[in-house]
Amino acid sequence: MWEIITNNELETIELGEKIAGRLNKGDILALSGDLGTGKTAFVKGIAKGFGINDYITSPTFTLVHSYKGTEFELHHFDVYRINDEEELFEIGFEEYLYEDDICVIEWADLIKNLIPNHSIWIYFERLEGGSDQRRITIKGLEEK
Amino acid sequence: MKGKDIIILGIESSCDETSAAVVVNGREILSNVISTQVKLHAEYGGVVPEIASRKHVESIIPVIDKACKEANIELEDVDAIGVTYGPGLVGALLVGIAAAKALAFTLGKPLIGVNHIDGHVCANYISHKQLEPPFVCLIASGGHSHIVNIVDYRKQIVLGRTRDDAAGEAFDKIARVLGLGYPGGPLVEKMAEQGDEQAFNFPRVNFKDSTYDFSFSGLKTAVINVVNQYRQKNETLPVADICASFQKAAVDVLVDHTMGAASVTGTQNVCIAGGVAANKFLRKNFEIACSKADIQLFYPPIKLCTDNAAMIASSAYFSYIENEFAPLNLNAVPGLKLGEKHF
Repeated sequence: MWEIITNNELETIELGEKIAGRLNKGDILALSGDLGTGKTAFVKGIAKGFGINDYITSPTFTLVHSYKGTEFELHHFDVYRINDEEELFEIGFEEYLYEDDICVIEWADLIKNLIPNHSIWIYFERLEGGSDQRRITIKGLEEK
Repeated sequence: MKGKDIIILGIESSCDETSAAVVVNGREILSNVISTQVKLHAEYGGVVPEIASRKHVESIIPVIDKACKEANIELEDVDAIGVTYGPGLVGALLVGIAAAKALAFTLGKPLIGVNHIDGHVCANYISHKQLEPPFVCLIASGGHSHIVNIVDYRKQIVLGRTRDDAAGEAFDKIARVLGLGYPGGPLVEKMAEQGDEQAFNFPRVNFKDSTYDFSFSGLKTAVINVVNQYRQKNETLPVADICASFQKAAVDVLVDHTMGAASVTGTQNVCIAGGVAANKFLRKNFEIACSKADIQLFYPPIKLCTDNAAMIASSAYFSYIENEFAPLNLNAVPGLKLGEKHF
């Protein structure tokens, strides 16, 4: 487990880009953190690291957006508005998890039972006082 | 157009709703059935297991049956089947596509692939019988924020889109932060009526390189920061003022960018579509801006703003008259963009 403090959105994007370089096919990133703590910014960085030039827009309503990178396909989930795990099962969520692509799941804490054990968990927190500072905690990926 | 009426069966299953509709000549609704209105288990007699998008699978046949019944037609009477093939959730899209293909094949009728976002645009053709391109359309919903130059029925040029959150999503998330409930759009709108829209100066994001693109993520974070400041000081949240100021900031950007695009294209008509088009404050602000610019404003009734198959059937009609048919190997394209064709 390791912790990083980012001072602004740009640094959060840069962290995502850095993490992207360390991912392997089939990896699943489970993101947890309140609204506006930088989860989508982090995914922008991941996409950048994969050579994806498209806008990374929030999939809150569509549940998933998929992008073709140079090496991997990236599936960006947001399960924010899911009421229960059964609902997600019904739309075929698990099929994505066992492909050779990369899955990033925002609000993964809402569907803990569906997240495979080997997933990398990343927690986003707003620091008291400074409105732009974030504490980002990574579990399941060694610090390097 | 003279001659025989063209009857299209439209099928929509891109996200949550399963819907089927029968529409004549792209503009007249004979039926428009949405899954939440149907008592599925009762009609279908049980659950189909082991299939990805079970909800849609359960709903699709009863919904199509009901659409035909309400339209008082037999399946054989339709001239073509139109179906959403993107953007949306792949598993969900595939259910509608599989049903549409099966019907097209067995009935020997043409299949038409419809872009969901174009469907939202076409909702305006249903509610405004005289409306014809060219016009500029804002499509704003929970999942989409697009400004599109509708050059012709089948030619759309995207002039602006969101780079992060969709407009409707911003409303829902603010409602959640303020503890108002779901869906957030109508609740924020109602609360805003009693608030001061100038109480807070929330950011309105413009891009230098692409004038009509949107960004609502920064607005969301700015509102959350204000809420956190009040909570840290244990002060009472001025909920109505926050809602009014937020709504004003969001609507300002939607109106300004759309009117900017309208002015550049020189169009006389502006349409708004999608769930956010149901917002009365947005409509009022558009009415004011359009009347100033001597532009006519169109928007569909609320029922046609949210996801439905009638708008899909309308879009399919305009492809039908151009002989734009899809092959039976049509596939779902979850990231389908407006103006693209993937078959």
